[in-house]
Amino acid sequence: MNRIVAKRELAPKIKLIEVENAGIAAKSRPGQFVILHIGEKGERVPLTIAGANPAKGTIKLVFNEVGKSTQQLGTFDAGEEILGVAGPLGNPTVMENFGTVVCFGGGVMIGPLVYEVDAFRKVGNKVITVIGARMKELLICEEELRALSDEFYVCTDDGSEGHQGLDFLKEVFERGKVDRVLVMSVSTATLQAVSEITRPYGVKTIVSLTPLMLDGTGMCGCCRVSIGGQTKFACVDGPEFDGHEVDWELLESRKRMYSSEERISALSYKVFGKEFALLKETA
Amino acid sequence: MTKPNLNQVPMNKQEPNVRRYNPYEVALGYTYEQAIEEATRCIQCKKPGCIDGCPVAIDIPGFIKALAEGDVPGAAQVIWYTNSLPAICGRVCPQETQCEEACNLAKKGAPIAIGRLERFVADWVRENPDESGIFKVKLAKPTGKKTAVIGSGPAGLTCAADLAKLGHRVTIFEALHLPGGVCAYGIPEFRLPKGIVRADVNYLTSVLGVELKLNHAVGKLITVDELLCSGYDVVFLGIGAGAPIFLNIPGEDSKGVYSANEFLVRLNLMKSYLFPVFDTPVKVGRRVAVIGAGNVAMDAARWALRVGADEVYIVYRRTEAEMPARLEEKENAKEEGVIFKQLTLPTRVISDEHGWVKAMECLGMELGEPDESGRRRPVPVEGSEFIMEVDTVIPAIGTQPNPLVPRNTPGLETTGWGTIKADENGRTTKLKVWAGGDIVSGAATVISAMGAGRRAATAIDSWLRDFS
Repeated sequence: MNRIVAKRELAPKIKLIEVENAGIAAKSRPGQFVILHIGEKGERVPLTIAGANPAKGTIKLVFNEVGKSTQQLGTFDAGEEILGVAGPLGNPTVMENFGTVVCFGGGVMIGPLVYEVDAFRKVGNKVITVIGARMKELLICEEELRALSDEFYVCTDDGSEGHQGLDFLKEVFERGKVDRVLVMSVSTATLQAVSEITRPYGVKTIVSLTPLMLDGTGMCGCCRVSIGGQTKFACVDGPEFDGHEVDWELLESRKRMYSSEERISALSYKVFGKEFALLKETA
Repeated sequence: MTKPNLNQVPMNKQEPNVRRYNPYEVALGYTYEQAIEEATRCIQCKKPGCIDGCPVAIDIPGFIKALAEGDVPGAAQVIWYTNSLPAICGRVCPQETQCEEACNLAKKGAPIAIGRLERFVADWVRENPDESGIFKVKLAKPTGKKTAVIGSGPAGLTCAADLAKLGHRVTIFEALHLPGGVCAYGIPEFRLPKGIVRADVNYLTSVLGVELKLNHAVGKLITVDELLCSGYDVVFLGIGAGAPIFLNIPGEDSKGVYSANEFLVRLNLMKSYLFPVFDTPVKVGRRVAVIGAGNVAMDAARWALRVGADEVYIVYRRTEAEMPARLEEKENAKEEGVIFKQLTLPTRVISDEHGWVKAMECLGMELGEPDESGRRRPVPVEGSEFIMEVDTVIPAIGTQPNPLVPRNTPGLETTGWGTIKADENGRTTKLKVWAGGDIVSGAATVISAMGAGRRAATAIDSWLRDFS
């Protein structure tokens, strides 16, 4: 169980793995996440599911090697096993025929967006897909999404491919009626910016939030977010919420709570590498 | 007849100024000689109260008699006959309100230290597995029945052990990556070393043949109905009361406010006291306020000291006399330097410009008339607002049932508190589904959950023999 059957680099530091877990593959729905436990001393790492193949019994995960745990996960080769994978956790995306749906994916979350676009199409929606990244080199899944979508747009922060910035999105909403928007990004700024663009149009805008998590089953409250003034746990009440109701400042502030420890962790991994893993548990 | 000795043999402990800086177990346990000496104090009464005081009805005089005669394996046999987790119970049971309270010696002096003796026997077995004979149990003839136990905490482990001994096939489903439930994520290393939990779980899997599936969140990965459709004859829900309760005061989402659950999960389950060798960090400031005064609050406060806090407060709205924590834990905490701030009610968490906790606004309280719990109700004193400068706040005011399973199990009725409705044997409103432990009773003790697991196992066994 949890064997990596395929691994691919999609962009510098962005990797896709396909993991064998028949139970999760059978139950997984777009919008849900898994928690990986990659080693005995490891963290519990939440990752949004980027696809599932129930027949083959595998799920797809896309991750960006930014911190210690994702860097370590990046060293796993096809054939190796992940110690533990729990899921599918969180609530699935509400999947209905809304009419016209705009699906926005930023950076590494373009991976899970593929799963969503495919599902929205299958229930009969017209899907307008927009993907964005900092620069051309970091765009992923472009061809796959272009083929799946009714309309397809690309944007980059530096303008190296497609539109520069998010302003062009307004034109999409001006051009025709949009019934629903889904925004996936690990960047709070992006989620907020897209939600602000859609607000004047009164379109229900669903955002997938990625706060820090620990157990992912509603036990600890680490992932609490404020939605319309109410505290919610992203793991069991979310991870998707109404983007027009999110307290963005709090979300971003809580996400940065451990930034200094994250640096220490990444640095010790860089310096000591696998030797750390060999240290005996002292208690 | 000689006069009974009314004084307990004291147990060695780590010194307070040593232990507050390390994560190792505080109580060091009896030596062989101490255990024998304490066991010989037992007067073997004709009508022992201790057995009735024990939620799993261990034959206490029986094991103490064997121990007094130096027959430790014999004592172990007696204990394991009714209790599969004695190393845990010997450490965390509130004996002073159970077996030891009912001890006849307690009327005149100190009761027999039953918990310490149980712990001694259990630890001896762990160190002398072959001599003990405990690991050579004869299981009942296989019945061919398949049972699913959800949750590997005290209720689930006890129910699983009993069902396995009766010849049923048992599979435990645990949502987390380690087994033990509250014993793994909730109770600190310094009270219950995790090696002991591992050993007790190992007894179930390797000796009793129980199958353990980790990372299986029932309600998400698989539902109760799917289990019943896929060949399990019954399901036992021992899923605990794992969801945190916050104070519901302004500022509680500030950085530096942890639910006690989060704080303890980081330290116990993820071992963040060993960061960065272990990957999960925990941030503890210099001045820590733990809100609440139960055992969980004491655990959080004592962990805070051990991971570097200078000053740790237990903030409680009543007085020390009403604190629900065990006397032993209160004393341990005080000895280590935890400061009890009584008659204090936090009303607001104040954070700095970066969103970190910097203080807590509180109200002074006084005790009024007794409420429905019989304790005097705390009432705010007018004009008593004051500011406590703290940089970490840990609400430890209880937990509530996690709705993950009830929400996804049609036909399973719950109460207004979110607990599952069940009769005294754990039978729920849904056919073939039993439940026990904190998910039925609300947050309680390890041993009461074990008692519920045991009663359910007995009921399940007779149902399986009669109806399926």
